[in-house]
Amino acid sequence: MAITPPQFLLHHDGDNVAVAMTDLQPGILQGRSVKEGTESSAVLNHAIPLGHKFALADLSEGDAIIKYGIKVGLASAAIKKGDYIHTHNMRSYRWEASRA
Amino acid sequence: MGSKPRLMGYRRENGTMGIRNHVIILPLDDLSNAAAEAVAKVIPGTMALPHAFGRLQFGDDLQLTFDTLIGTGVNANVAAVVVIGIEPKWTQRVADGIAATGKPVAAFSIEGKGDLQVIQEASRVAAMFLQDASGLEREETEMGEMIMSIKCGESDTTSGLGSCPTTSQAVDRWVEAGGSVFFGETSELTGGEHLIAERCIDAPTRDLFQLTYDNYIKVIEATGANLLGSQPTQGNIAGGLTTIEEKALGNIAKTGSVPVIGVLKPAQAPDPKKKGLYFMDSSSAAAECVTLMAAGGAVIHLFPTGQGNVIGNPIIPVLKLTANIKTAKSMTEHMDLDVSGLLRYEYDLTKAGDMMMEVIYKTINGRLCTAEVMGHREFTFTKLYISA
Repeated sequence: MAITPPQFLLHHDGDNVAVAMTDLQPGILQGRSVKEGTESSAVLNHAIPLGHKFALADLSEGDAIIKYGIKVGLASAAIKKGDYIHTHNMRSYRWEASRA
Repeated sequence: MGSKPRLMGYRRENGTMGIRNHVIILPLDDLSNAAAEAVAKVIPGTMALPHAFGRLQFGDDLQLTFDTLIGTGVNANVAAVVVIGIEPKWTQRVADGIAATGKPVAAFSIEGKGDLQVIQEASRVAAMFLQDASGLEREETEMGEMIMSIKCGESDTTSGLGSCPTTSQAVDRWVEAGGSVFFGETSELTGGEHLIAERCIDAPTRDLFQLTYDNYIKVIEATGANLLGSQPTQGNIAGGLTTIEEKALGNIAKTGSVPVIGVLKPAQAPDPKKKGLYFMDSSSAAAECVTLMAAGGAVIHLFPTGQGNVIGNPIIPVLKLTANIKTAKSMTEHMDLDVSGLLRYEYDLTKAGDMMMEVIYKTINGRLCTAEVMGHREFTFTKLYISA
């Protein structure tokens, strides 16, 4: 399996969020989806550490954040494609009181 | 896949199979920790299991403490037990619960005697138990004779991508070989509980799972608390996990693809004739959860981690694996398997599963895991409510 180590991974094609596989600087990145193995490129707007997430699409406040093909939270602010996503702009939809 | 070695374990009086041969000094209550620890010092090679509770508990909360103590003593990794308590009645109750399996057990109570006399009497028995246990020989066994448990901790996004899917491989192989597996962490299914419900083998199991989940979550939600920093933990957040739903899907990624055949109460042992994957109602806190699963009969535990949890258990090996390259490099003394290569596409999931099984086989046959080497013996009770 001679594959160049991906800079980011998404779980499923169609997820709107991807995970950094190393500490990343802003720029154009190469990655792939784990389930389908689809290779893709994506833009990153901020420096983020290994394991942190960024948006693969523009999102409005209240939009679903999809990972594993399943809703894992809501955008709590407007998010641009390539933006860092974490507690500052994403929240639980099940535990309403759990907010940064 | 490398050839599977012969697996060797200790056959107990009731037919169960263990992979360790501990003689434990089990305090009934917090007041008896000092005497129990003294006995373990007098007779090196025995092990005391100090803990914080056992006094003025009542109702279901007291019952869970009894179930945890008795289950720990009954566990097949334990050869013999010395129980020490402040009062005779509950001490004898725990000893009797363990003795029902045919295992050597002795009970001592402190009131009216004092620590020193109890330490002397209990040490004589502990010495005999230890010598007898040392004479037991391992015999050939299979995974089908044993229970494995799984629970992850200090998870991050690499857990759901690497270490949990690797654990899934082991779960499926263990169950296919005829064994049983426990998973739990009730609150940590939130957002993905429907995935577990769908995997329940029949309607009664599904209904019981849903009721168990709903009851646990009601307690949490009734507080109205902001759980950010508790669930997910600060470590989860530092590792890139943002919500309970995101964490839950990573957690569920370790449960394999086999059906859920039963729902267990905390510390409950399953019907030994029904083998497969069981859900155990439990806290997501590492030490509480592993303590309950060991009390339910698990003899080995797989613990995927992202940011680097260091947990162990006194009586069962807790194997830690990570797919986070930083953790694998910075916390080598706590990690039993590095599967970060999975995320670099150096090998596939089947190969990662093979690597996991190799570590499991060695551990079954007596090789110490990192938590055992590092002396991590977290023994932590789950309290259901306040004491009287």
